[in-house]
Amino acid sequence: MTLNRRTLLGTAAAGALPLVTPMRAPRAQAGNTIRIGVLTDLSSLYTDLAGQGSVLAARMAVEDFNPGAKGFNVDIVSADHQNKADVGSTTARTWYDRDGVDAIVDVPNSGVALAVNQITREKNKVMLVSAGATTALTGASCTPNTIHWTYDTFSQAAGTGRAMVAAGGDSWFFITADYAFGHALEADTEKFVTASGGRVLGKVRTPFPGTTDFSSFLLQAQSSRAKVIGLANAGGDFINCVKQAGEFGITRRGQKLAGLLVFITDVHGLGLQTAQGLTLTDAFYWDRNDGSRAFSEKFHPRNRGIRPTMAHAGVYASTLHYLKAVEAVGAEKAKADGAAVVAKMKELRTADPLFGEGEIRPDGRKLHPMFLYEVKAPNESRGPWDYYKLIREIPIADAWRPLAEGGCSLVRT
Amino acid sequence: MNAVPLSQRIAFAAMLVLIVASPFVLYPVFLMKVLCFALFAVAFNLLIGFVGLLSFGHAAYFGMGSYVSAHAAKVWGFTPELAILSGAVVAALLGAAFGWLAIRRSGIYFAMITLALAQMVYFVCVQAPFTGGEDGIQAVPRGHLFGVVDLSSDFALYWVVAAVFLAGFLFLYRVVHSPFGQVLKAIRENEARAVSLGYRVDDYKLIAFVLSAALAGVAGGTKAIVFQLATLTDVNWPMSGEAVLMTLVGGIGTIFGPPVGALVIITMQNELATILGAWVTVVQGGIFVACVLAFRRGIVGEIQAKLGKPL
Repeated sequence: MTLNRRTLLGTAAAGALPLVTPMRAPRAQAGNTIRIGVLTDLSSLYTDLAGQGSVLAARMAVEDFNPGAKGFNVDIVSADHQNKADVGSTTARTWYDRDGVDAIVDVPNSGVALAVNQITREKNKVMLVSAGATTALTGASCTPNTIHWTYDTFSQAAGTGRAMVAAGGDSWFFITADYAFGHALEADTEKFVTASGGRVLGKVRTPFPGTTDFSSFLLQAQSSRAKVIGLANAGGDFINCVKQAGEFGITRRGQKLAGLLVFITDVHGLGLQTAQGLTLTDAFYWDRNDGSRAFSEKFHPRNRGIRPTMAHAGVYASTLHYLKAVEAVGAEKAKADGAAVVAKMKELRTADPLFGEGEIRPDGRKLHPMFLYEVKAPNESRGPWDYYKLIREIPIADAWRPLAEGGCSLVRT
Repeated sequence: MNAVPLSQRIAFAAMLVLIVASPFVLYPVFLMKVLCFALFAVAFNLLIGFVGLLSFGHAAYFGMGSYVSAHAAKVWGFTPELAILSGAVVAALLGAAFGWLAIRRSGIYFAMITLALAQMVYFVCVQAPFTGGEDGIQAVPRGHLFGVVDLSSDFALYWVVAAVFLAGFLFLYRVVHSPFGQVLKAIRENEARAVSLGYRVDDYKLIAFVLSAALAGVAGGTKAIVFQLATLTDVNWPMSGEAVLMTLVGGIGTIFGPPVGALVIITMQNELATILGAWVTVVQGGIFVACVLAFRRGIVGEIQAKLGKPL
């Protein structure tokens, strides 16, 4: 077929037509409709750990809460922030200014989360962070409008660092992605390792982004004879490291790999053969108790078979708690004053089937125990997604950064 | 210099009407984004359209402008116009250094050198403490224009951004149609002949490069003030690609092409993102292919050819 201008224009116009018409959700705003926006990554590296699953989790929270019986309506909108802070902040502004959104949930990617955090405060709305990691949200950048629910870089470092040493892994070697996030993770973890009596035998910085061959770094780690190799990286770097460590047989020779930021979907992607023996900190595992199993059974058939990650669990639980607070202050007031809803959320104790009972600190940090897991070997796994065995529970007092250390302006000392 | 042709007068009047009328209909933040990118594309077009140099590293100047403006406004407490100006100055200095190196080669080598240098800037931004690494610079205050006019409302800021865009646009129009611009076009058409006529071609190219970089810095700085943040997105290589795409879609070497291209691409990114998600990039790629195959002169370029009048 030859391409000419006329056919091209014709098809382009025909293709564009349906796109133009349903451009925006209807803007009709009844005073008692609460609108929740799930701002997440629908197209790139966080799609499996957050993405559509987060939208579903928010929807399930609304279904389980049943707002109709309590005198108000809730609808859910969602958008892809493409991991760009400017796209995320434009979406957040549009949602708040034009589309009547009252709360934004999930927000993976710390950069985007920080941008939305500030806009949320400016517009006096509500942000419930689940997949975003940075501790700045409850530290220097904390606001009366934000709750940080699931985990943060501190909980990951504290959990894995301290618990590994307690479990006998007292000598460490770090493989660190050479940028701010990697450095922060490494420094935090190192602090816990040495404070618990462990030693750091060495560390190596891998260029970021763009490192795909970790073999020389892994060999250095292996020859250091450290008991634990700490992977202060995430996403693709992490997966490549684990795969290549598997090829060198590092874990089979007794050294342990400690992932500092790992989701169950990463383990699923790697497969048990490669990921076995990996130790990680998680806030939620679908097979932990009856509540989590019941949630997962309802969740995964609607999410292409993907079991809920801790990010999904956090979206569900934070949305549920938000709706309870909305009920308590009244929908009309909740739409007008986001800070009032967040204050109510801090006042009410949290209770949900996934995280159990808990509370939210004045700085916006949700408190719940974390868990140290080890990835099972293939012969220990009894079925699909049966991946983790519990090593120990990390109590609240150890899991989170002490309130006074964050530097949050909302905390009176 | 000849009088401005009627076709361009009409086009400019139309653009002016659009700029004035649209914030009453459309969302101002979206329009400000379009204007920032339009200025970026106009700056890029000076090099590709009028000197024939394909720079593949304009994200470096855009991103540096954005970082420096954000830092100046947030940490040093500059007023927005001074913050944007400091971004432009740094971008110009960077452009002078990089341009001095890059203009020694042409064609694909020029593109590769600019890309390589821009990637170096990117890695510096990943590491440098002042950029905030992955998190970027957040919570940049919009501040008060000249210390007086409060810019926290989107509407007030819109007029400032519109003024910045128009100033940049008219400045480049003037540059292109000056004797200096004529020499640039001569270099584009036949560099050897320009040399033989006694023009110091390298000097002309370098000046054009610095002007383009400085305006890209203005665009980046303005964007930082509008969105109140500066991140790695601004300085990463896909941003350079966007400048190329916008200019190509609008029409390389036309006056009104780059703003039209920016409008088309940004609208697509904004409106299609919710419907198509990841497929936006694929659609963009498709448009790029369609342009190269069937609309090689771009939207405005084709209209210009149909009318036989300059636009």
